[in-house]
Amino acid sequence: MTYTFGLDTFGDRNSDADGTPLSHAQTIRNVVEEGVFAERAGLDFFGIGEHHTDYFPMPAGDVALAAIAARTERIRLGSAVTVLSSDDPVRVFQRYATLDAISGGRAEVILGRGSSIESFPLFGYDLADYEELFDEKATLFAELLKGGPVTWHGKTRAPLLNQDVVPHLESGPFPAWIGVGGNPQSVIRAARLGFSLALAIIGGPPARFAAYSELFRRALEKFGQPPRPVLVHSPGHVAATDERAKAEFWPRWRETIALVAEERGFAIPAEASFDRETGPDGALYVGSPETVADKIAANLRALGASRFDLKYGLPGLTHDQLMTAIELYGQQVVPRVRELLG
Amino acid sequence: MTSHSRLAVLGAGHVGPVIARLALRAGYPVTIATSGDPDDIALITELVIPGAEPRWASDAVADADTVVLAMPLHRFLEVDPGLLAGKLVVDAMNYWPASDGVLAAFEGGASIGSGSSEIVARRLAGSAVVKALNHIGYHELEDRARPAGAPDRRAAGLAGDDRAAVAAVADLTDRIGYDPVRLGRLRAGRVLQPGGPVFGQVLTLPEFERAVHEDARSVR
Repeated sequence: MTYTFGLDTFGDRNSDADGTPLSHAQTIRNVVEEGVFAERAGLDFFGIGEHHTDYFPMPAGDVALAAIAARTERIRLGSAVTVLSSDDPVRVFQRYATLDAISGGRAEVILGRGSSIESFPLFGYDLADYEELFDEKATLFAELLKGGPVTWHGKTRAPLLNQDVVPHLESGPFPAWIGVGGNPQSVIRAARLGFSLALAIIGGPPARFAAYSELFRRALEKFGQPPRPVLVHSPGHVAATDERAKAEFWPRWRETIALVAEERGFAIPAEASFDRETGPDGALYVGSPETVADKIAANLRALGASRFDLKYGLPGLTHDQLMTAIELYGQQVVPRVRELLG
Repeated sequence: MTSHSRLAVLGAGHVGPVIARLALRAGYPVTIATSGDPDDIALITELVIPGAEPRWASDAVADADTVVLAMPLHRFLEVDPGLLAGKLVVDAMNYWPASDGVLAAFEGGASIGSGSSEIVARRLAGSAVVKALNHIGYHELEDRARPAGAPDRRAAGLAGDDRAAVAAVADLTDRIGYDPVRLGRLRAGRVLQPGGPVFGQVLTLPEFERAVHEDARSVR
């Protein structure tokens, strides 16, 4: 199996060394630098997840990806994720087809919801309609990717009749994945519509998702689809030592979870739960290059996945800490994972 | 409830398969159903819930002693209450507007402090409703289950108005791997909801009781 390795960001708002939050604008410029640096560090993919909050000020990641595309040659660039349900699939296709043109065929998308809900009220959608919105829009997106005139009608946007949607793709459909967080019916949908599978594993033991890879493979067979890859997306942080990585990450993790807990109404986890998640059976990849590499290799093998995307950064980490993490991930973690996986 | 009690799990999304697997492991015969054709979830059942039987919802419920509601709450509003009449119903659903959106049928109750399970119970007047298995996240529920007496066993709360039904669900909770905490009448189950002191938490029995107690004090 050929393995590839990526980085994802949500545009996590940086702080300076004194802990003062940087502006949204500076954070966005830093993300562009990090994306350019990711290529130099030897990585295969750089993804930006759509968010609309003060601590993740990244609603138009495709614009940042275009800036990165203009300064790189090789690294693939995509969303992680695009909240398709609250967007227009035609516009999403057009934006990423434009990125594909600018980058010379390096665009990808991961479609889903992530843990992002703020786009629904912002754009006038009802979260209770989530399933119908996603199903219809993913179906249309699959049609758009095929190229050629599109005929489509549904409840969630205006119909299309033999519509030529531009820009035309230069070299066929770009890679498109559906992000799944634990709902097996979403795995079936990805297979049925011809998307690849992105497993977002952000809590609990990753190995429990092995059944989902097998479900995806069997569902592709059932629907007469060719084999398609599975990727794993999980959060983490790499520093010189385990102690340093945890010391940098944990206070910011606690702050971020506290913000989300306040918004959503759940209790803030204790440090014990952090230790469990950063341990060998947890979903967080926080530690030295060796610790993180061992865990990635074990889980790629257990899950039958061929790509690992590390969601790096957190609100409140500094740009320097992130650049160090990217360098260690690209220069030390990935080579060790490749070696371990033979 | 004996270990031979038959369980029907309604919902094959995030939560349903997890509860189904836990119940199968505890020795319960389990059927699983969605609003649609069982053929649609045959592959999911085979690979993700091995040992369960996919059925039409009406058949699964008719042959079950206990029905677990594990569908999104807005889909519950489409369920015919007559289907569940006479059944013991475990409400594992949550009204969680910050995550799933606002539902008028539940928002009105929430504004006067009524719990979502009380509204569910009002719709299911012919069923014995117990609120349970709703407050531990689906990604942790299976991983943290432990046999009775294990030193790191955690607690799970439940609440209901029908004593026999509560006893049966306490037994189910115990058998699948958690110390059951009987909170009292269905309205007492409000502490298990989003925004409550134990929602999203996986606590030991003393931690659970302390959290609920401190919450009651702060409200008073």
